[in-house]
Amino acid sequence: MPSPLFYIFAILMLAGGVCVVSLKNPVSSAMGMILSFVGIAALLIGLNAYFVGTLQVLVYAGAIMVLFIFIIMLLDLKKEENKTTKYSTIAAGVFVPLLFVLIMVPVLNSVDKDFTKLDLKAAEASLPDTISKYDEEAGTKDSKIRTSLKAGTLPDVNLIGQSLFTEYNFPLQVVGVLLLVSTVGCVALSKKLHGGSAPATDTRMAKTLAKSEDIPKVLPRD
Amino acid sequence: MEALIPYIIILAKVIGLTFVLTLPIIAYSVYAERRFAAIIQDRVGPNRTGIPLTIFGCKKDISFFGLLQPLADGLKFILKEDFVPSHVNKFFFWLAPALTMVPALVTLSVVPFGSELFGEKLVIADVSVGPLLVFAIASLSVYGITFAGWASNNKYSFFGGVRSCAQMISYEIALGLSVIPVLMHFGDLNLSNIVADQAANGWLILPLWGEGLTTERMLLWIPMIISFFIFTISIFAETNRMPFDLPECETELVGGYHTEYSSMKFALFFLGEYAAMIVGSALIVTLFLGGWSVGFGADAWVVSTFGDWAGLIHLGVFLVKLVAFILFFILIRWTVPRFRYDQLMKLGWVVFFEVALINILITAVIMAAPPMLERGETGAVAALIIGVVVFSALMFYIAKSLDRMLSSDKSTTVAGADTNS
Repeated sequence: MPSPLFYIFAILMLAGGVCVVSLKNPVSSAMGMILSFVGIAALLIGLNAYFVGTLQVLVYAGAIMVLFIFIIMLLDLKKEENKTTKYSTIAAGVFVPLLFVLIMVPVLNSVDKDFTKLDLKAAEASLPDTISKYDEEAGTKDSKIRTSLKAGTLPDVNLIGQSLFTEYNFPLQVVGVLLLVSTVGCVALSKKLHGGSAPATDTRMAKTLAKSEDIPKVLPRD
Repeated sequence: MEALIPYIIILAKVIGLTFVLTLPIIAYSVYAERRFAAIIQDRVGPNRTGIPLTIFGCKKDISFFGLLQPLADGLKFILKEDFVPSHVNKFFFWLAPALTMVPALVTLSVVPFGSELFGEKLVIADVSVGPLLVFAIASLSVYGITFAGWASNNKYSFFGGVRSCAQMISYEIALGLSVIPVLMHFGDLNLSNIVADQAANGWLILPLWGEGLTTERMLLWIPMIISFFIFTISIFAETNRMPFDLPECETELVGGYHTEYSSMKFALFFLGEYAAMIVGSALIVTLFLGGWSVGFGADAWVVSTFGDWAGLIHLGVFLVKLVAFILFFILIRWTVPRFRYDQLMKLGWVVFFEVALINILITAVIMAAPPMLERGETGAVAALIIGVVVFSALMFYIAKSLDRMLSSDKSTTVAGADTNS
């Protein structure tokens, strides 16, 4: 039996998702998406995955959606509001989620019950020695993972860090280089070329705008 | 009944720490701001609002140095006409003030206000991802300002919103990078544990007792001070406080994103700004200045002397530090002039970003060097140091060339105005 909070945030998430597809105003749709992300984050936190849940808010709701909204607001998409939906789009919108539901079936079948403090203690006992190897070499105490498992809390941040930087160290570095390459590529593509590719009107417009900024001075607030 | 007790304790903590403790601090920091500004500008400030005994027929009012001013301000805001212009997007216009106020208050949930009071930690949610959660929720507060600017359907409001959005995204990077050396040192993301560690082993920027007196900590002091400066200044930018309050810059943008707002909705923006300032101060105090710890090794003595009541002493110490930092914020506001927008962006992207990156590497080398030297890997340590120096030189060169590039095409770019085309 999940807690009532699960239902609240699941409904929040689904309502956000429905808003994304059903609302006409693009900014409202983006707002619905943020709502949906926050709901997902809350569900993840409810599963004791604090780190993943926080990253969900930090990266998706806090950074990526800000850029989305920024661009939607700057483009001012008025004509989107009168757009009608085609039947083929709706059909695709039904079909693709159904595929995801199919994927969900085996996942849901393998879900166990909630873990208890005893489970965490058992996990501590079965922990491979390598995890605390470095600390033992230094001759000090247990590693963070061991201590917090003994205390009956799930050290999700430390566990993620442990596996990312030991087991998946090489893929992580490759992904880092990939991101760097894409960033550099983005900058290179969007960079203005020197030597007159920018039309002269742009500069003139900017200069007129500069003059129009002479707004009368108002008194400070206090 | 037994099962309800944990819920009652949580509810008491939420109400006590958020509504009873922090909301009055917000209200009184507005009062402090006005009085402090008055002192700096050689004025008197609001010093009369008190109990109006004259309306009951007495000879004199009791003024208490104007200490009831926040009450009068609140009353004024509630009683003013709440005007919604006809050209705004109603839904987002109403939503925006709440979206600035609520994230600031939610982030309070992970701040440890004190140690333990009768075995109960004085923190609402003792989660293992403290600083990350603060950054995550604080990054949501940008929507309030952006939506306010957009929904107002007004050019100046929109500029304010866009500026704020760009500013907060830029400084979030500096904020996140500058806190990494701190987290590397503590090896922990739980703010309660971080503070307990500082109480035992010296505050982060004042390592004078416990294990803080080792050579490693003395060396680490340098990157920590750099982190402290970047973090503090970025918090100023994140909360849109004075040297960086371009989003509501009166001389350029009328009132910025809240130009169209009146009455309690305007007050919510105002309170949201102050709440963000308090959360920022609380975070700085918690990460760098020892949070609730009394310091100088006196915490063990406090716990043994006062027993279960030690939490209250620690709460008091925390509040003293918090108020001192809020006064520092106010002092900066009334002494440092406002930046230009391109200067602000340059500071974030060209200076802080690079310095924070180099700072992480320096911290890593200092932390990795002692065990490596013990194992006799002197060559590797030397290679690491050379690597850091080369990286820093490269970063410095890139920053210099960026700086030259930015200043050369400044003549064609106007802050804020170029987003209009």
